Amino acid sequence: MATTAASTALDSKCPTGPIENRWDQHRFDLKLVNPANKRKFHVLVVGTGLAGASAASTLAELGYRVSAFCIQDSPRRAHSIAAQGGINAAKNYPNDGDSIYRLFYDTVKGGDFRARESNVYRLAQVSNNIIDQCAAQGVPFAREYGGVLSNRSFGGAQVSRTFYARGQTGQQLLLGAYSSLMRMVGQKRVTMYSRREMLDVVKVDGVARGIICRNLTTGEYERFAGDAVVLCTGGYGNVFYLSTNAKACNVTAAWRAHKQGAFFANPCYTQIHPTCIPVSGSYQSKLTLMSESLRNDGRVWVPKAKGDKRRAADIPDDERDYYLERRYPSFGNLVPRDVASRAAKERCDAGYGVGATGLSVFLDFRDAIQRDGIETIRAKYGNLFQMYEKITADDPYRVPMRIYPAVHYTMGGLWVDYNLESTLPGLFVLGEANFSDHGANRLGASALMQGLADGYFVLPYTIGGHFAGRALPAVQASDPAFDSAEATARGRTDSILAVNGSRTVDAFHRELGRLMWEHCGMARNDAGLRRAHDDIRALREEFWQDVRVPGPAASFNQNLEHAGRVADFLEFAELFSADALQRTESCGGHFREESQTDEGEAQRQDDEFSFAAAWEFQGVGEPETLHKEPLEFEYVKPSQRSYK
Amino acid sequence: MSGDASHETMRITLKVWRQSNAEADGRIETYHVSDVSPHMSFLEMLDVVNERLLGQGKDPIAFDHDCREGICGACSLMIDGRAHGPEAETTACQLHMRHYNDGDTIHVEPWRANAFPVVRDLVVDRSAFDRIIAAGGFVSTPAGSACDANSLPIAKENAELAMDAAACIGCGACVAACPNAAAMLFTSAKVAHLSLLPQGQPERDARVIAMVDAMDDEGFGNCTNHFECMAACPKGISVENIARMNREYLRASLVSRSVE
Ligand SMILES: Cc1cc2nc3c(=O)[nH]c(=O)nc-3n(C[C@H](O)[C@H](O)[C@H](O)COP(=O)(O)OP(=O)(O)OC[C@H]3O[C@@H](n4cnc5c(N)ncnc54)[C@H](O)[C@@H]3O)c2cc1C
Ligand code: FES
Repeated sequence: MATTAASTALDSKCPTGPIENRWDQHRFDLKLVNPANKRKFHVLVVGTGLAGASAASTLAELGYRVSAFCIQDSPRRAHSIAAQGGINAAKNYPNDGDSIYRLFYDTVKGGDFRARESNVYRLAQVSNNIIDQCAAQGVPFAREYGGVLSNRSFGGAQVSRTFYARGQTGQQLLLGAYSSLMRMVGQKRVTMYSRREMLDVVKVDGVARGIICRNLTTGEYERFAGDAVVLCTGGYGNVFYLSTNAKACNVTAAWRAHKQGAFFANPCYTQIHPTCIPVSGSYQSKLTLMSESLRNDGRVWVPKAKGDKRRAADIPDDERDYYLERRYPSFGNLVPRDVASRAAKERCDAGYGVGATGLSVFLDFRDAIQRDGIETIRAKYGNLFQMYEKITADDPYRVPMRIYPAVHYTMGGLWVDYNLESTLPGLFVLGEANFSDHGANRLGASALMQGLADGYFVLPYTIGGHFAGRALPAVQASDPAFDSAEATARGRTDSILAVNGSRTVDAFHRELGRLMWEHCGMARNDAGLRRAHDDIRALREEFWQDVRVPGPAASFNQNLEHAGRVADFLEFAELFSADALQRTESCGGHFREESQTDEGEAQRQDDEFSFAAAWEFQGVGEPETLHKEPLEFEYVKPSQRSYK
Repeated sequence: MSGDASHETMRITLKVWRQSNAEADGRIETYHVSDVSPHMSFLEMLDVVNERLLGQGKDPIAFDHDCREGICGACSLMIDGRAHGPEAETTACQLHMRHYNDGDTIHVEPWRANAFPVVRDLVVDRSAFDRIIAAGGFVSTPAGSACDANSLPIAKENAELAMDAAACIGCGACVAACPNAAAMLFTSAKVAHLSLLPQGQPERDARVIAMVDAMDDEGFGNCTNHFECMAACPKGISVENIARMNREYLRASLVSRSVE
């Protein structure tokens, strides 16, 4: 599975000069599209989560013709809806020392020095515009009695810069973006196609000029021609089967674009979230996140004695190990996610875990309730406590929650330059689907910020450079390029149906998930990754010989949809393991057992690995070519993260 | 404690609506499920049935779902005649089998409303809701045009009331539960959310009129105060919003210049 390192330079198109001027300068340098010409350009926006809904509505407001696509029956149901905790911005309303520079600094450091400084600075700059925009849309953010916006501090941050709407921040931000999108739909400036799955990007003269979709209601294939394609198709955490992602989250759009020439960057960077409800049985279909805002008031602990099966309330304080407070006295329960997750795994692997499976730790609100009163805690976390009780039948006001880490977010994604354009010209990638801003680890409340930054405030400028700077001859959906792309998409679906084997799609997906969790999960090593690579390949071969998917193709067929996504996960997983194998350092969410400090903390190897790994497809099952984009740090000097 | 029940499994008989497409006739099919764990969610129980059907080369039961944590509004099952089933303020995906007993028979059907045609089995077309929002459920504020967020202070009580209304997940349970298949709770929640906030004021009158008109055009029924919608709503949206919308509508009809 050796990978060939090539020296091809990736042009990130990052501006130079003082960092605080780069985005302004870049915007000035970008060519503008004359207002009257904008309606001549047709943009295909795939995905309607925070990134897609904000991009589609903003491009339409500017005057472009837009078509938008999503898998669900309504754009309002994109997975962004499930985000609970909040969204960051450098407003410094609490006057506690925040600034654009500090948000930039925290994000570069939090990403463990594996993100581009220019991108991160821009993200911090536009963060404030996002809050203004959302408030203006009527997003009901939490407020203080005086009527101003309320902030809280969120995992790893020592300032209160997180804005929130109860425990439903993603829902409210998405409904805001969706309302703007629907306004444009009502005015016929966006055409909305729900229950569609994009199955391929169509290239004409080397430029992305269209997409092939399957209409999920009828099973028919549809062609859409345009002048740019914008992928906002979310993350691929479901390659692990069990994750906090919604069931429809997938890698299909990104993977098929990858096969057409878009490089895939850092696929192994996965975020494992420390506070999720533990697995309860083999029928488990997904995992539920408990917002990490809970760590502001909840204390994480396990018994000091191995295998202590007493009820939590019967274990006195001096027999409890508040291991985060013990190991990380200055950050305590608020250490970043990767650190908290590994610490939980360490305790459970060592035999101190609680619950029937021993694979969970306590998150205890006893002290917070004593200190602040039950009503205060209810006001802050009521809906989260209620959600927990519904699922587990335990009441967290009386007994501690039990939590365990789960796959949550993928920092990797399609490689994009500063303009958010992939290596396939005319194909832009926004939100969780790209790799751009979080490096090897994402800070809490920063994904919502990035998705909306990309859609409201970055792409609307940078896409103009594409339209104004490239000759884009008219393309029709009758172009031969569409014939062959449609034939490929159809062919793949038909060959899945033709296998007619004996195992279900879900069985394959679960097995893939087990392999991934075991060998590519919270801790990775050389032997495990090699093993995973071979096992994934064998599983993929078995899939194509033994999967059983009842037809017909030309109908509403959810099992067939799932089969297509699993087929893509099986190809993608191989690249995932190759990327993890290649990176023999630990960084952020990627923990290589071979690279740790004496105290068991992650050890980066900056001399060798200060680069983004961008992979170029070479054919299914063929080793991909690795391109390295070097990362330079002019402002935030790399240091080992320390939360002691 | 729930832990005690973990080894028990239950036998459940399911009576499920099957319909192969919008035009086809539907029928009830019976399935016996013998290994239901009380910790499973209702949808996980359906997954088990579907895995078995697939293993036999049969068509699985189609149902909409995505987040499986009660927020996306995709799941939409009429369970024993109640939208989302027996538990108050609980979506079908959050309903757990521990609320049933060994030997129970459960009927599962799609939402029934003229404005929500069946797509397949338990899946319906709820795009009418999107069209109601497109008619006016927004504040017209193009990206880039906003003022500083704190330049518009909002009384905490109003922000909270707006949030209560904005919590709607657009699942359609209110329509399914209403004897008239009215969409008043859904529409009024959006009208109330925006009319409670200063940002919503400039378009206040036009909004309520456009949204109510759109609602009527989609073929939803009229409200005759049964309040079944509120009882079924998984997010506890209050019928006070309907009263608010009625007042807004009346007010807008009196003051609006754009209404004939
Ligand atoms: C439980 C949970 C809680 C979270 N909480 C927070 C939080 O508090 N703060 C924070 O900052 N982040 C949070 N995150 C992360 C954040 O929610 C996501 O990263 C972000 O919402 C992703 O937005 P997106 O627009 O990129 O993609 P998504 O919202 O995932 O949208 C993807 C869209 O693409 C469409 N799509 C996908 N594939 C195709 C295809 N092939 N064809 C057509 N359409 C397709 C889908 O239909 C959907 O419309 C949370 C994540 C989870 C799982
Ligand atoms: S599946 Fe999302 S609300 Fe039930």
